[in-house]
Amino acid sequence: MLAEQTPSLTPGRDNIVIDCDINQLFYGTFKAVRDTQIPIVKNSITAFIGPSGCGKSTVLRCLNRMNDLVRGFRFDGHVRYRGRDIYDPNVDPVSVRRYIGMVFQQPNPFGMSIFNNVAFGLRLNNYKGNKAEKVESALRRAALWDEVKDKLNKSGLSLSGGQQQRLCIARAIATEPEVLLMDEPCSALDPVATRRIEELMVELKQQYTIAIVTHNLQQAARVADKTGFLYVDTTQGGRTGYLVEFGDTKQLFDSPKEKHTQQYISGEFG
Amino acid sequence: MARVPQQSGEVPQVQDPFEGVDLENLERSLMRPRTLFDLIMSGLVTLMTVLALIPLFSVVWMLVVRGGQRLSLEALTSAPPAALEEGGGFGNALIGTLVMVGIAGLISIPTGVLTGIYLSQAEPDEKAASAIRFAAKVLTGFPSILAGVFAYGSVVLLTGGFSAVAGSIALSILMLPTIVLTSEEALRMVPPKVRDAAIGMGATPTQTVWMILVPAAAPGVLTGVMLAIARAAGETAPLLFTALFSNYWLAGNGSVELMQPTASLAVLIYNFAGVPFDNQVELAWAAALVLVLMVLVTNLVGQALSPRRVH
Repeated sequence: MLAEQTPSLTPGRDNIVIDCDINQLFYGTFKAVRDTQIPIVKNSITAFIGPSGCGKSTVLRCLNRMNDLVRGFRFDGHVRYRGRDIYDPNVDPVSVRRYIGMVFQQPNPFGMSIFNNVAFGLRLNNYKGNKAEKVESALRRAALWDEVKDKLNKSGLSLSGGQQQRLCIARAIATEPEVLLMDEPCSALDPVATRRIEELMVELKQQYTIAIVTHNLQQAARVADKTGFLYVDTTQGGRTGYLVEFGDTKQLFDSPKEKHTQQYISGEFG
Repeated sequence: MARVPQQSGEVPQVQDPFEGVDLENLERSLMRPRTLFDLIMSGLVTLMTVLALIPLFSVVWMLVVRGGQRLSLEALTSAPPAALEEGGGFGNALIGTLVMVGIAGLISIPTGVLTGIYLSQAEPDEKAASAIRFAAKVLTGFPSILAGVFAYGSVVLLTGGFSAVAGSIALSILMLPTIVLTSEEALRMVPPKVRDAAIGMGATPTQTVWMILVPAAAPGVLTGVMLAIARAAGETAPLLFTALFSNYWLAGNGSVELMQPTASLAVLIYNFAGVPFDNQVELAWAAALVLVLMVLVTNLVGQALSPRRVH
């Protein structure tokens, strides 16, 4: 059945970088997510939207096995990165995260210099080449270079919130991951810094594939190519999230197929 | 909501908005019971604080006055005098204390910090971790003389004599729990988002611990180490059974005699304070002053290192 379903979701199968199919996902006995299939296309931005507690962050964290850190996490389904199931027992989650990087909700630079923050991934991988070059390039791509080039030895924590988040983006892209997962990257930022990060995301998709979770519907509408709407199902006693609708952002916002989507987007609940 | 019009004939009364507010309540007055109570309690707290500080300052005062008289380069660098001899000092005991605390640190700091790391990273329901944590907490309140008895039974009897090594092992038992518990605490204080960031970057658990968590927790860990050192330096009981005392230098004839009875400041004070010779009693005071200063400095260093700011 899967074999029949997958092609229908994947126009131009080769462009799918991550093929995520979650049957069921548990934290202990709590069923957090069910029936969610999201194909993530190369060099595009895919947004996950939905009300709080619908499991959109959980789905995102599945994509680079960050959920492995959560106690009682169990997963039924598959996440294929370039055709390889990253939940295969032979796959090392640490290596997965080197290809699929992550930017978190709270800016979380390390308490070390700006330079060392960006060079952290290079140090992890024992990079022998020119670190300064890589750091500069990552900071330029994260649109932070001009603001920090004179104070690379200052602590990353001395920057403003928006700068810290761009520093985290620079840190994530310094090791050239293929995919960048962003978990509500702007929710701790003011509108100016938010706009800055959004512009950055649109630039970055030339080189990277981005998946983003956002509370902000306008943000999804502004930056995302594809959008998935997740909703909470309370009918079976629990609070289980599931994918209601997935499609091109424009189609999902202008002419949603599902009633729930339409209601959520028009602000009738949420 | 629309106002319902007043019934005709009824005149709407304008209320004074400040009616019932008695401005005299703003005045300070001792007649009000809670004000009086507050004053008495404040006075009591101040009094008790002063009372608690009296013993502390009188001890420091006595030490400075009586120990200060005899404190000299000679006292710091000479071996202890014989019974009726004049002069002499406690140089060998100073070295003995430094060496034994040093060896105790070499044993307990790596063990303690690594255990602290393990405890901080263990799952909450891990049985071994809870057992270790419990044991460390019990050991914190462990009577220090028992550490001496243990080292006596396990080291002195086995090696056939009192020694600096036996003393160090007794001291390390006392240092270990403090280091374990403060290291765990310091590592736990590192915010989870920092750990997430490292793991999200593709760091292995080992890389996360050594490149991110330990550097971030280092000031807290060092504070614990300093506290443990300060405690060990002042201990007497565990050394009585283990290192005993010696009138001679630890290093003689070009070799360091770690397997011989070894002097320490604490035991020297214990020995000399009780003898009827003025010279020895004076030296005990001076040694006490030196010991207190060492502990004080160690504590101050620990304080200065203690974490003021986390991420």
